[in-house]
Amino acid sequence: MIKMQQVSKIYPNGVTALREVNLTINQGEFVYIVGPSGAGKSTFMKMMYREEKPTSGSFLFKGLEVGKLKNRQIPELRRQIGVIFQDFKLLTSLTVYENVAFALEVVGEDKEQIRKKVMEVLDLVKLKHKARNYPNELSGGEQQRISIARAIVNRPSLVIADEPTGNLDPDTAWEIMEVFEEIHRRGTTVVMATHNRDIVNKMRHRVLAIEGGKIVRDEEKGMYGYEI
Amino acid sequence: MKFNGFRHLREGAKGLVRNGWMTFASISAVTVTLLLVGIFAMVMFNVNKISENVEKDVEIQVFVDREADQAKIDAVGKQLEQMPGVASVEYSSKEQELDRFKEQLGEGSEAYQSVEKDNPLHDRYVVKATSPDETETIAKSVEKMENIDSVEYGEDYVEKMFNFLDGVRVGGIILIVGLTFMAMFLISNTIKVTIFSRRREIEIMRLVGAKNGFIRAPFFIEGLLMGIFGALIPIAVVIFGYEATYGVLQPQLMSVNASIFSLIKPSELSAQIALILLGLGAFIGVWGSTTSLGRFLKI
Repeated sequence: MIKMQQVSKIYPNGVTALREVNLTINQGEFVYIVGPSGAGKSTFMKMMYREEKPTSGSFLFKGLEVGKLKNRQIPELRRQIGVIFQDFKLLTSLTVYENVAFALEVVGEDKEQIRKKVMEVLDLVKLKHKARNYPNELSGGEQQRISIARAIVNRPSLVIADEPTGNLDPDTAWEIMEVFEEIHRRGTTVVMATHNRDIVNKMRHRVLAIEGGKIVRDEEKGMYGYEI
Repeated sequence: MKFNGFRHLREGAKGLVRNGWMTFASISAVTVTLLLVGIFAMVMFNVNKISENVEKDVEIQVFVDREADQAKIDAVGKQLEQMPGVASVEYSSKEQELDRFKEQLGEGSEAYQSVEKDNPLHDRYVVKATSPDETETIAKSVEKMENIDSVEYGEDYVEKMFNFLDGVRVGGIILIVGLTFMAMFLISNTIKVTIFSRRREIEIMRLVGAKNGFIRAPFFIEGLLMGIFGALIPIAVVIFGYEATYGVLQPQLMSVNASIFSLIKPSELSAQIALILLGLGAFIGVWGSTTSLGRFLKI
């Protein structure tokens, strides 16, 4: 699904974020990205939804050269990818329902379909009963579940999560991870950057460790591997 | 793909309300601009009309030699009619001229008494050219003809008037262009504020794969609405103002010179000016809003 060959990213200010990274991620995999802050994790994630372009090398998503996409093709790419952030990125002026429906309105889905899909996905994240609430009436964990709902309502084949549990207490983090496990079980590829060693060590999946812009470790069912 | 018009309209209108004062300032700027544009346009339309009238009205006065007998006078008339570029020739004998003169002076005046005894006037031909450019050429060649005392035409007067009108035109256009840019600038700033307050929403829209057109539409509509709202007052003021002005001014001007100072009827101009102002308002609004968006939509 994702195939990176000799991908490097050098920012205009001279900072090298990625150095000649080679990597393949298959459909249906669950991949943790670990590594110290500033190691290039975020750049790596951003490249996947084409917020950043590789400076050199080839980055294929489903056989498509992402770096060469024209600006007007980017929306199509993003509709196949769900993105989740540490800070949820919900719109406070919209209800839970509207926040999730937003992702479908934008792609021009009709009202009936939107209703059906949104309720389905709210059921999956177990927040159907809060559909009419506003985000700031919800706990952090609930807000993150809404943002997950928004990311997957389009049924993307790839879900990218940038430290989705970073702002949450351990118990809530586990609840969120259960949701990701469920998404993964349904066949969606999940790529998650995280600093949460407990999660990585207990919910075993492939681990990619990035340091200084290079992949220094790539293990099936790996461990977090960093001392805190 | 469903039609999102209502969503965009709703979002655009929300934007207007959200930045109340900025919206007000922008609409005011458009209003002031269009008001001046409208008034100026009305003046220009009429100035053009009048200068057309003047152009049409330019005539050459040919005064026949007083020594010439009736046959020679008729010959002059024939010659004039056959000249190239001549549209019409009118004859007025010295007796008719005297009658007109007397009318202007009023009976019983001293001057009247003196001209009554001995008619000092010439037989006169009034020649109209097919186009104003021909006037001078015709006048020059008439001067060389026999039995001609003198030739007069309003060359200085016409030229001065045209120069003046050109000046008015250039000055007005500069003023309008400047004002238009100011209004565009204000609108683009208002939209920037809207964009800034909604940049989170835009970021999320882009994240979930909204096309640029979809993101742009509400701002486009917001600008469009500002432009259209800004045009309403000027349209009303200009149309009703012109009707009132026309009612007062036209009779007076007609009494001065009916063929030159005939203004354009309000009914002929109203629809035209309304469309011009509405179109310009919409253009200013849309342009102002789309220029400020570009930067936010780059990846």
